[in-house]
Amino acid sequence: MSQVQTAHALELRDLRKSFGKTEIIRGANLAVRAGERVAIIGPNGAGKSTLFNLISGRFAPTSGQVLLEGSRIDGRKPFEINRMGLSRSFQITNIFPKLSVFENLRCGVLWSLGYRYTFLKFLANLDDANERAEALMQMIKLDRKRDVLAMNLTYAEQRALEIGITIGGGARVILLDEPTAGMSRSETQRFISLIKEVTVGRTLLTVEHDMGVVFGLADKIAVVVYGEVIAFDTPDAVRANQRVQEAYLGSSVADSQAGGH
Amino acid sequence: MSTQYYKFAPHNVGRWVIWSLYALILAVAPLLFKSSLALTMLSQAGYLIIICLSYNMLLGQGGMLSFGHAVYTGLGAFVAIHTLNLIGQGALPLPVSLLPIVGGVAGMFFAALMGYVTTKKSGTTFAMITLGVGELVASMALMFPGFFGGEGGITTNRVAGQPFLGITFGPQIQVYYLIAVYCFLCTAAMYAFTRTPLGRMLNAVRDNPERVEFIGYDTQRVRYLAFIIAGFFAGIGGGLVAINFEIVTAVDSVSSVRSGGYLLFTFLGGATFFFGPIIGALLLVFASVMLSELTIAWLLYLGLVFLFMVMYAPGGIASLIMMNLRIAQFGLLRKLWVSYLALAATALTTLVGAAAMIEMIYHLQLNAALGPQLQFMGVTLDAKGFDSWFGAGFLFLTGLALFEITRRQFLREWGGIQEDIEKELKRREAL
Repeated sequence: MSQVQTAHALELRDLRKSFGKTEIIRGANLAVRAGERVAIIGPNGAGKSTLFNLISGRFAPTSGQVLLEGSRIDGRKPFEINRMGLSRSFQITNIFPKLSVFENLRCGVLWSLGYRYTFLKFLANLDDANERAEALMQMIKLDRKRDVLAMNLTYAEQRALEIGITIGGGARVILLDEPTAGMSRSETQRFISLIKEVTVGRTLLTVEHDMGVVFGLADKIAVVVYGEVIAFDTPDAVRANQRVQEAYLGSSVADSQAGGH
Repeated sequence: MSTQYYKFAPHNVGRWVIWSLYALILAVAPLLFKSSLALTMLSQAGYLIIICLSYNMLLGQGGMLSFGHAVYTGLGAFVAIHTLNLIGQGALPLPVSLLPIVGGVAGMFFAALMGYVTTKKSGTTFAMITLGVGELVASMALMFPGFFGGEGGITTNRVAGQPFLGITFGPQIQVYYLIAVYCFLCTAAMYAFTRTPLGRMLNAVRDNPERVEFIGYDTQRVRYLAFIIAGFFAGIGGGLVAINFEIVTAVDSVSSVRSGGYLLFTFLGGATFFFGPIIGALLLVFASVMLSELTIAWLLYLGLVFLFMVMYAPGGIASLIMMNLRIAQFGLLRKLWVSYLALAATALTTLVGAAAMIEMIYHLQLNAALGPQLQFMGVTLDAKGFDSWFGAGFLFLTGLALFEITRRQFLREWGGIQEDIEKELKRREAL
């Protein structure tokens, strides 16, 4: 067997995870090329979030492999995986509530700029970290809330901050777990264009329920049903896929097509 | 192109003023309060500030509730006092003024040793392990009498080695200034720490350890490093204790009671602001020196204060100050002073009533042989008489009822003022 010619940005090989006797992920396979935007869809309880948790190191897989740009990351700690270039956001907002917007973002960039655990440098003098945090703040349009504590932001602003922290470290592979959950239609629209904007040139995987969002954002769709990836293709091909229609999509595709696609 | 973010922001001027003022207060305090009691208290306040600030690195900045901080001050003090004895024997050419550093290094060493275990976990588990380590060290005091000196502890003479510029550290005033210098330097260093990457990540670990793992940081490492640094400053405090008292005993210095005291007063002072523990340290001195002179029931009063603080002002005194400063910034404080006066008067009435009853009970239990009469605030009370009890009870209950009425009134006003401030902020933002 020869080495893979060009490594995929992210690859899952027969990934499995059991909790007790229940197998949640049952041999998932997926190969994402660099720069692709992938939406992961599937019915509730299909294992989408578990998949993200396995990739990002929150849980260790029971068996199988996860490869990030060709190197094994399964079983590694979350911070190790992050340092190797993969970053994620969370379904439930996961920020630093008692720190300001600016501080939240600055925390997100420190490691990647090589400041590690230093206590011999003042934050105020770290020009690169401060510039990057300011730039991020403008990118996610929170520059007017610079010194507001994260816990005092609106829900949509907190979601934006979450994305800002996630992309801040310059990771090449980004996982977003239901980034638009709980947002209104108009907020979702704006947020999707924001996500597109800030993830240019990166590989993006996102879990999403809103089919409108999925077809608007993704180059490719991975359908997860019962802990397996049953289809992974372009949106049109997935829509036409017999197995997907049987297993899951069906009516919701028809709906979203009727709804002006 | 390098833009400079708040490096030259105007509030830096305010910072210079505050730090100069802090240094000035430390320098002139013994000139203003000249009694030997005052000097004793000031000396204690100096090292307690260092210890409480170092404790707050864990509690306020790292969210680590440690029940064993006295282990590191205490072990620092023991190593320092043994070193001082070596200096006294002429076995070690070290100036006494550097002794606190020895204590600090010892504190750091033991924090590195034991923190490796304790900081593996956070939250409740961390708290339990620190409690265990505290008990472990306290029990070791009995196992190693050579190091801990048994019940009598280790004594020393701080006038040791060569005097430098005529400074022998014999007179207490010289010791005070040594403590003051360390107090200032340590406060500055610990404040500086809060402005560094590690200091900020420590806050992030406090707020949301899980998220920290996903931005590249090992939360255990962050906690561990902070724990070691806190141990260093705790040890410096311990070294100063050794010089100040010339005796260190295990019962007094590494016990869980001592650890509890640091926790309690850091909390009372306010863990959410950097300067809170400084207030806490001052309160600790007042409580242990003045209050304990005033009444034998002082621990009971302390417990009550702590109880009310946790219930009504969990941010401690520092947060009370900061909340009122905020109101003052908007020029709204004058609306509240009548309420504050009423609150103070009714609270005082309640307190006097309650204190009279507490003192009578204590008198009956502990001083029954002296007869039922006792002096309380210039009044003779009869602990077995109906009148005294009725009077005290009456004061307590009326005070309490009036206090509750004024408190509700105050809360309404407070809410109104907060709304006004929010409106004002919105208005400014819209400009």
